[in-house]
Amino acid sequence: MALIVSFKKFLDETGNIARFTGRFFSVGMKPRYENRELLNQCYNIGYLSFPLVALTAFIMGLVLTMQLRPSLVDYGVESQLPVMVGLAIVREIGPVITALIFAGKIGSSIGAELGSMKVTEQIDAMTVSGIKPYKYLVATRVMATTLMLPLLTILGDGISLFGSYLGVNIRSVTSIDLFFLQVFKSLEFSDVLPSIIKTLFFGFAVGIVGCYKGFNSSKGTQGVGISANSAVVLSSVLIFIIDLLAVQITELLGLN
Amino acid sequence: MGTTEVESVIVIKDLVKGFGDKIILDGFNLTVKKGSNVVVLGKSGSGKSVLIKCIIGLLQPDSGSINVFKENIPGMNEDELDKARSKIGFLFQSNALYDSMTIRENLEFPLLRHWVDIKKEEVNRLVKEALENVDLLHTLDMMPSELSGGMLKRVALARTMILRPEVILYDEPTTGLDPVTAREIEKLILKLQKKNHTSSIIISHDMNCVKNTADLVVLLLEGKCYIEGTYEELEQSSDQNIKQFFE
Repeated sequence: MALIVSFKKFLDETGNIARFTGRFFSVGMKPRYENRELLNQCYNIGYLSFPLVALTAFIMGLVLTMQLRPSLVDYGVESQLPVMVGLAIVREIGPVITALIFAGKIGSSIGAELGSMKVTEQIDAMTVSGIKPYKYLVATRVMATTLMLPLLTILGDGISLFGSYLGVNIRSVTSIDLFFLQVFKSLEFSDVLPSIIKTLFFGFAVGIVGCYKGFNSSKGTQGVGISANSAVVLSSVLIFIIDLLAVQITELLGLN
Repeated sequence: MGTTEVESVIVIKDLVKGFGDKIILDGFNLTVKKGSNVVVLGKSGSGKSVLIKCIIGLLQPDSGSINVFKENIPGMNEDELDKARSKIGFLFQSNALYDSMTIRENLEFPLLRHWVDIKKEEVNRLVKEALENVDLLHTLDMMPSELSGGMLKRVALARTMILRPEVILYDEPTTGLDPVTAREIEKLILKLQKKNHTSSIIISHDMNCVKNTADLVVLLLEGKCYIEGTYEELEQSSDQNIKQFFE
C-alpha cells in the first residue's frame, strides 16, 4: 500500500514539474522580457559561481592527472597522459562535475530564495500587484542557469586542463605548448560540441528544479530548508539521467 | 430632492470555498459600497483571509460570484486578472516587502511594471510622495530588515497605495503591533482613504481597529455572513456569538 502511495506521489510530482516546465515555454518566453533581471541573475548565477567552479576544476585536473599517471607508467604510455586527461575532462568529467557543483550552489540558493519569498508572501505580493512572478522570478533564473552553465563549463575545462598541466610537471617536465598541443590534437569537434550542448540541459534542469521547489515551498522555515535540499538532490539526479541520455544519443548519432 | 444610491464596488454572492473536505466559506454574501470601510470580523481560522484572497484572485472559489467594479473575478484569465488587480490594493498581514530590495525599489517595482512609459522623475516623485504620506521619507534607501514592525507596516501601506487603487483589502493591519503603533496605522488608513477616496475591506479581530475604522461590520461565522451592522449596533447586541467579540 505504501509503495502505491509513494508511486502516486512520484507521478504527481513528475506531472507538476512537467506542467511547471511547460509554463516556461508558454509564459516565460513571451514578451515583455525582464532583461534587467536576467542580467542580474546572470551575474549572480554565473559570475559569482566562477571562483568555486575554478577552484574545483583546478583540483580535479591536478588530482586526475596524479591518479592516472601510475597506471599509464605501468603500461608504458605515460606520454599519452595529456590525451587521456584532456578527453576525460572535456567529454565527461568537466561538464558533469561543474554541473554538480553548480547544482549544489545555485540549485539550493534558488530553492531557498524562492521558498522564503513564498512563505513570506512576497510572491503573492507580486501577483496582487499585477506582476507575473513566473516571468520575473522563474523565467529569468532558468534562462540564466541555462546560459551560464555552458560558459562555466568551458572556463572550468580550461582551468582543469591547466591543473592537469601542473600535475604532469610534478614528476616530469613538459612545456605548456606541447601539453596543450597534445590535448587539442586528440580532441575532435564531436568531443566538444555534445558535451557543451548537454550542459545547456543540465543548466535548464538545475534552474527549473530549483524554481519549482522554491515556488512550491510550504511549512514555514522548515519548508524552505526542505526546498533547498530537495532542489539539490533532484537536480543532481537529473544531471546523471540527462548525461545517460546524452551518451545514448551521441552513440546513436555516431559521435562517440 | 431624491436620494442618490451609492454605487457598489464589490458584490459577493453565495461564495463557497473549501480545502479538501473542510468548507471554509459556505454561501458568503457581502456588498461594499463606494467610499465605505467594511470590517470583516471573525475568529482565527474562520476564513477571513481566504475571503480576501478569493477577492484578489489568489484563491479560486469553488462556486459563487465576486464582482469587483461589475466584473466577475473568478471567471477571469490571468491577463484580465492583472488588469482588475490594478484597481485593487492588498496589504498583507506579514507586509510582504521584497527583502532583497531597498524601500525605494520596493515602491518603484510595481510602478515600473504597470506604467511602462513612466519617466524616472515621475517615479521618484511618486515614491517620495508615497513615503511622505506615511512619514517615512528618510527610509528611502534603507533595507526592510533595518525597519521596525510599525515602520514596515507603513511602508507596505505606501506600496499598496502607490498605484492609486480604488479598493483596498487589508489583512489584519494592526495584528502584532503595539497599541500605540496600531492606532497610528488606523489613523493612516483613514487619512489615506479620505485623501484617495478608496473603499476598503478590513480583516481584523482587533476590536479597537474595528471601532476606529469600520463604517460597517460583518461577522463571519461558520463560513457565512452571520450579521452586519455598525459597530454600535453590534456592540449592543445580546447575541452570545456577537457579544463574545466585545467582552
